[in-house]
Parts: sequence; structure tokens; C-alpha cells
Amino acid sequence: MNLTLRVWRQAGPTAPGRFETYEANGVSEDSSFLEMLDGVNEELVAAGEEPIEFMHDCREGICGTCGMMINGQAHGPQALTTACQLHMRTFSDGDEIVVEPWRAAGFPIVKDLVVDRAAFDRIIEAGGYVSVETGSAQDANLIPVPKESADLAMDAAACIGCGACVAACPNGAAQLFTSAKLMHLNSLPQGQPERSERTVAMVEVMEEHFGSCTNYGECEAACPKGISIDFIAAMNRDHRRALVRNRRSA
Amino acid sequence: MTVLDAKIPDGPIESKWDDHRFAMRLVSPANKRKFSVIVVGTGLAGASAAATMGELGYQVKAFTFHDSARRAHSIAAQGGINAAKNYHGDGDSIYRLFYDTVKGGDFRSREANVYRLAQVSNNIIDQCVAQGVPFAREYGGLLDNRSFGGAQVSRTFYARGQTGQQLLLGAYQALAAQVKKRTVELHTKTELLDIVVVDGRAVGIVTRNLHTGEIRSHAADAVVLATGGYSNVYFLSTNAMACNTSAIWRAHRKGAMFANPSFTQIHPTAIPTSDEFQSKLTLMSESLRNDGRIWVPKDLDEQRAVADIPEEDRDYFLERRYPAFGNLAPRDISSRAAKERVDAGYGVGPMKNGVYLDFSEAIGRLGRDVIAEKYGNLFEMYERITGENPYDVPMRIYPAPHYTMGGLWVDYELQTTIPGLFAIGEANFSDHGANRLGASALMQGLADGYFVLPATIGNYLAPMLGKPKVDTTAPEFAEAERAVQEQNDRFLRNNGTKSVDHYHRELGRIVWDHCGMERTREGLEKALSEIPTLRAEFEANVRVPGSADTLNSSLEKAGRVADFFELAELMCRDALVREESCGAHFRAEYQTEDGEALRNDADYAHVSAWEWSGDSANPTEHREQLEYESVQFATRSYK
Ligand SMILES: Cc1cc2nc3c(=O)[nH]c(=O)nc-3n(C[C@H](O)[C@H](O)[C@H](O)COP(=O)(O)OP(=O)(O)OC[C@H]3O[C@@H](n4cnc5c(N)ncnc54)[C@H](O)[C@@H]3O)c2cc1C
Ligand code: FES
Repeated sequence: MNLTLRVWRQAGPTAPGRFETYEANGVSEDSSFLEMLDGVNEELVAAGEEPIEFMHDCREGICGTCGMMINGQAHGPQALTTACQLHMRTFSDGDEIVVEPWRAAGFPIVKDLVVDRAAFDRIIEAGGYVSVETGSAQDANLIPVPKESADLAMDAAACIGCGACVAACPNGAAQLFTSAKLMHLNSLPQGQPERSERTVAMVEVMEEHFGSCTNYGECEAACPKGISIDFIAAMNRDHRRALVRNRRSA
Repeated sequence: MTVLDAKIPDGPIESKWDDHRFAMRLVSPANKRKFSVIVVGTGLAGASAAATMGELGYQVKAFTFHDSARRAHSIAAQGGINAAKNYHGDGDSIYRLFYDTVKGGDFRSREANVYRLAQVSNNIIDQCVAQGVPFAREYGGLLDNRSFGGAQVSRTFYARGQTGQQLLLGAYQALAAQVKKRTVELHTKTELLDIVVVDGRAVGIVTRNLHTGEIRSHAADAVVLATGGYSNVYFLSTNAMACNTSAIWRAHRKGAMFANPSFTQIHPTAIPTSDEFQSKLTLMSESLRNDGRIWVPKDLDEQRAVADIPEEDRDYFLERRYPAFGNLAPRDISSRAAKERVDAGYGVGPMKNGVYLDFSEAIGRLGRDVIAEKYGNLFEMYERITGENPYDVPMRIYPAPHYTMGGLWVDYELQTTIPGLFAIGEANFSDHGANRLGASALMQGLADGYFVLPATIGNYLAPMLGKPKVDTTAPEFAEAERAVQEQNDRFLRNNGTKSVDHYHRELGRIVWDHCGMERTREGLEKALSEIPTLRAEFEANVRVPGSADTLNSSLEKAGRVADFFELAELMCRDALVREESCGAHFRAEYQTEDGEALRNDADYAHVSAWEWSGDSANPTEHREQLEYESVQFATRSYK
């Protein structure tokens, strides 16, 4: 199939950006969206032009590296699918496709479609872990975990940290990402001792870097891993409880 | 000539590690602060090592070219991680895991290392559960297990189809905790481009910031490489796009020996290629072989739809050839069996380049829901890629390059032949011999990172207490920076006509054809004449647009592919001199009458460790003889 692409090109973090138009011809339906971009890049390089920089690594939908707005939607039109797993059979011959980077204050643009998502790491560093020294753990089966808790924790832990939730949110908020990590750890017995401290610290750092949540719900719709928006409500409950507890012990 | 000393401790195999830990010199808690350690790579091996050493009190600097330590190739591991817990009382033990791993590796691994690996496997599970890794559980709340290839017990722990992701997030979170405590300084989007050696010791590295292009030197008392495997030498592999050999290759050029480079694992269950634009191959986890049955039609001209082919006209070739292990035969054996059928013309799919992996019997027996619970995400991934629904039509699979058993030679303490340079995880050669068993790479990466290296590195550092340190003003750093800059400038000035990917794809084709699933003297010699020719063309005609002072992925790839060219030559040479078949190394000249690998223990029970001579055409081979005290050589049989 033949396609027309309108792609955001931006030479560096402070350089002005603009849309450029490219023709992608003879694209196979079995190609992934990124393989289609590879093809465009191959031609650009042959012509001595700089290829379109985009983020990618595993190309299996698990590493969370890829991410771009495709026709205004984070990761494109297919639900529960990352850009690298989006296949060209989703499009039709003659389509025009607009490709842009994540646009959010928390994710500054590095170049073309590449953004800097380091703020996510700052949130995890604030408390997204269980403190346990290597080698100090007891036998694993001494901590039985009800299957429902384990499954719930896994549902939340499935987040790949791609940033689609932030990019889709009109406020550029990171509530879905933050609540997923909190839900993972806070729903397990191992996560209980640090629960309050973790919740308060992570929410605080989240608020430093990202916008506030006004319940648009776009994050859940954009999430390629189906992370539930219910986790945000749970995070808010935990946060209120933790603040009360902190006030009492202060 | 360098003599390879593996430093295997004396004594019975069961107590070697404990005795050695006691015998090693220690660095006291207060003195650990005086030592700095560079860890390159924050996949499972690197993140776990950096976090643990930070926690112990060393000053750690960690580097990754990824944009976050939450990402690394490790994240893609689907199936699971082995441990000898014997939670299911099915006869597992440390000795059995050890034995299965040595046997699976076709008796080409170092016994003492493998035993230690089996020992610490249990600590890994304890550690990960304590961190909150959400492993699968049974209704009673205890941990669940599944089976993997090459084993007759259930010892594989898993977190849905995302075990690597959950283990990596656990290690990443442990690392994040240390970053917050400032015991670890983390540099993301920073790529190692050279190792710096002063007076024979590794004292630091030179890096490039991939966003700004800044070249910088970093000094430390020891350097650890945890930079993963090199399957991308084949261009098409199941590895993530950025995986490459450069860190270990550049260490090799600085004096670290490279062991068994031709031991590369071709995984039996990846999705076959669909067209020439394909950029990578997608793995379908080995765990699928628990419930999926592999077959091809018996008739060369089979025209019926899959569902209409009756049982008696299907050839379940693994069950036929290996009745004891059936669909769970080890990877090398399963891959070759599939290749044999496809080469004989029995392949399925539009390009006749696959075999079926069929779940209909399991769906009938267990119900669709149970299958969905176990493999749902893999089925969805398959459908997204191929457009076919595996609940209704069998999957099509074919072998693909997947894992590299070869890597930097290390001794029992995981130190390379350059003092002060250590290698852990897939980057070293240590534990898997000529073939790795499923779910053992995650185990080895975490064993090295959490438990082995943090203990052994002290033995190197302890005698250096109070001695003068080398810093980045040493001329060797400036020299390395200059070399790196020159290489970049050379690529950018080259006004060629073809992209880096073009040459990478061509190189991959040569290596796959001649140093892939089956090797012959003739093919390897052909490859050894084709590779240098292609490399010369690459150097003369590659085009790298843009500049060195911004994000430039073509430039990054150019340096990596240049190293793949040299590595590819070494792989072929290694495969050529090993005149036997063992594990994943199958030399067509050395096979039994029924097509099984014909090992030669009298002449080849050794590790080939290659030394760089300055000329890729003339490396020097050293040998580490493998002594087996606990297990006896045996012909591997899975029949
Ligand atoms: C699809 C797939 C599925 C798998 N499934 C399983 C499984 O179920 N069970 C199992 O046991 N094994 C599995 N494996 C194998 C296993 O995942 C890997 O062997 C293992 O994760 C490797 O870990 P590592 O830490 O050694 O390297 P990696 O995870 O590859 O990490 C390498 C790190 O080094 C960094 N790096 C590399 N070079 C440089 C450089 N020059 N400068 C700076 N940083 C650098 C990278 O940024 C990264 O952080 C699977 C592999 C694949 C491909
Ligand atoms: S590239 Fe890894 S999720 Fe898309």
C-alpha cells in the first residue's frame, strides 16, 4: 500500500519543530508501523538526509520504549497495542497518517519523535520499591499471598512505563502510571510496612513533574496494557489515609 | 602465553562456594566506601549487581544506553526462571538442577560454576518475592511452577508471560532505592565506547551521551560489564533492536579473551518471517511447549486445511523422535528437528517456512479458559503480528537466533583476563556450555548480579586498599577518547551510498547461512572469505548522515555494526576449529546415523578462549580443559 506521512521533525530540545511530508510506497500489510518508518528512513539515508529519530527497542510491546501520537492517538488507533505492535493492515491504501511525539510538559522533546521520560524514574526513586537487603530474605513460601492479591498486583505491575497515559491526558497528568506502581506494591503483604510513606512520597514527586488529574479518563483508554483507572481512586484513598496517619504521628 | 586459570576452588563440589566465600579477602564495611565500581548495563545482571554493591557500601556508577534502567532486553523474557526449590515434591534438588544444566549444555560448561548457580537459585526466588515480584500463585497462596525444556520436573517460577519484566522491575526498583540514597550514580542514555586499561588493569571507561554526543571518561577501581548478548550479529533475532556486542568486543580488543563465540542458541519457537522488510523476530515462549504439540503434515503435497488433516496424517516429529521428552526436548534438538522437516519440504504456511504448534488437544482437555489464563498474552501477541487466531488455527513457528552462550571468558570469580574487569549475565560465557536450558538465563543473570559478583569483587579490591588510584587524567583516557572521536568522524565523513542497516542485514545473512543452526567446513570457509569483503565495502560505502553532537541513531549503529563484523569472523573461526558437534554447535560432518550431534570428548572437552592479536584474521586460541569430577560424560539422550 502507499501512504502519505506528516511527521514532526525537530532538530533538538530548543529548536523549532515543523511537520514534513513523506511518501511511503509499497508498504507491506504485514509490516509493523515501526518497520514502515524504517523503510522511510532507509530512503532518507540513501538521499543523504537525516532519518526520523523515534524511540523503540523490543518491538514486542513489552519494554515501553516506543511511543508516538499516530493520528492524534497515543500509539495509534488499535486498542491495547503499542506503536511497535501496530501493524499496517490496520491502515488502508492512500491513507494520510500524522505522526507526532508525546506532547506533555513532563516529557521534554529531545529530537523528532524522541522525548525524555526521566520524570517517571524520579517517581519510582521516591518510593516505588520494597526495602529489602540482598540475601536477607526468608524462604519465599513463608509469605503466602492470596491468589487474588497476587493477580491484582500483577495487573498493576504490567505497566510498561511508556508514557501514553500522560500523552493522552489533556492535563499531562501521571496518575495512572503512579497509581499502577502503588497498587502493585500496596496490594502485597511485602509492601505493607512502607505503604504510607511510599504513597505520600511518590504522589509528591508526581505532582512536582506532572499536571493534575481531573478525571478525563483518557489515560485508561490510551494505555496499551489496559491498566485500570480504578487504581487512581485506590491511590487517592491510600493517600488521604496516609496523610491522616502522618498528621497523627507528627 | 597467557595461561588460563579458572581459579576453581578445591574440595567437594557441594562446599566449594561456601569454602571459597570464607577464604576470599573481605573489604570491611567502612572501607567499602573507599572503592568505586563502574557497572555497565542495567539489565537483570547489571541492575542487581549495582543495587547490591551500592547497598554494601561501594560507590557505584551505573551506565545504560537505555533511557531508563526500567528498560533492557531482559524485560522481554516471557517464560520464567528456574530454581531448585522442589516446592512440588517432584524430586527436584540442587544436584538435579545442576545435572540438568550440565547435561543440557552438552558437557561443555564448567562444573563448579554450574553447581554454584543451582545453589544460589533458591536465594534468588526468596529475594525476588521479598521485593514484591508478583510471581504466579496457586489458590492456597503458595508459589506456582511450570516445566521447561530439558527438564522432567516443574521448577520454573513465572509471572504470567512477563517474568523478565517483573524480575527486571524488581531489580530496577532496588536500584532506584540506591539511587535515592546516592550510593549509586546512574547514567542513562550513556553508551560505553571503550574500556581503559592502565598497567594491565581495568581502571575506567569512555562513554558517549546519546542525547548530547558528549564524550567523557570515568575512572573506578573495578569495571563490570553486564551488557548482554550478541544474537543481533544475525540481524534478525529475537533480541531487542539495540542489543549489540560493542562493550564486550571493545574489551576483547583491549585484552579480554572471548570464549566459545560460536555457541549461539537458535530458539525453536519464534514466528517465521513474513517478508523482507522484517526488522526482528518475535519469540513465542518455550512454555507454550508444555501444552502445544509440534507437527507438520506427513504428505509433502498436503493441500487440505489444517483442521481437516486427520491425526494419522500428522507427523508429531518431536514426539516421534524423542518419546521421553517429546515436545519438551531441549532447544538445540527441537530447532534442528524443525529445520530438518522444513528443509525436507514439509514446511507449513505461505512461505513453507514453519511448523505447527497446535493447542487444539490442550484446549479440548483443559478448556479454552485455562489456556487463556496461561498463555493469553502470547496468543494475543501472535494474533497481532500474524493476523491469525491461535485458539482456532495452530501457530506457525520456526527457529530464530535467541541467546549467546559464548561471551567474555571469566574465571570462577567472574573476572575476565583483564584484572579488574568483570563480566556478568549473558555477556560472559560461564554457565551454559554449548546450549542453555530455558529459564536459566534469568537465573544466571540474577545469580551473578545479586549473589556472586558482590562477593567476589571484594577479593580483587581488598589488596588495593590504600594504594594510589588512577584517575581520568591518565593519558590512556585521552587516547581512548581520541580513538572514539576519530571513529565517529570517519563514519560521518564517509560519503557512501548505503545505510548501516543495509550492511547489517547482509552480514546477518552470511552468518545465519553458514554459522547458524548447521555449520560445515565449506560454509564456514566461504563465510570467512565473504565477511572481510563485505566489511571493506561497509567501510568504504556506508552513509551516516547528521552530526556527532546530537542524538544520531545511524552513528550509534555504525559503530555497533563495525564490531559485529569482527565478531562474525571470530564466530566462524571458532566454529571451524571445533571439529565436533555439541549442543547448539552442529557441524554437519560430525553426526550420528540418525542425525544426532556427535560429540568428541577426547579432543574437544575444552573452552576455546580467543585472544585479540591486532588483526581479526589471526586471533590466538587458548584452551581451558573442562574437568568433570561430579558428573560423568554421557551422550545426551532425550529419547
Ligand atoms: C524474547 C526473549 C525471551 C526470553 N525469555 C527468557 C526466559 O523466559 N527465561 C530466561 O531465563 N531467559 C530468557 N531469555 C534470555 C534472557 O532474557 C537474557 O539472557 C537476559 O535477560 C540477559 O540479561 P543481561 O542482564 O545479561 O543483559 P540485558 O538485559 O541485555 O542488559 C544489557 C544492559 O546493558 C546495557 N548496555 C549494553 N551495551 C552497552 C554499552 N555499550 N554501553 C552502555 N550500556 C550498555 C543495556 O542498556 C542494558 O541495560 C529471553 C530472551 C529473549 C530474547
Ligand atoms: S519497542 Fe518495546 S514496547 Fe514498543
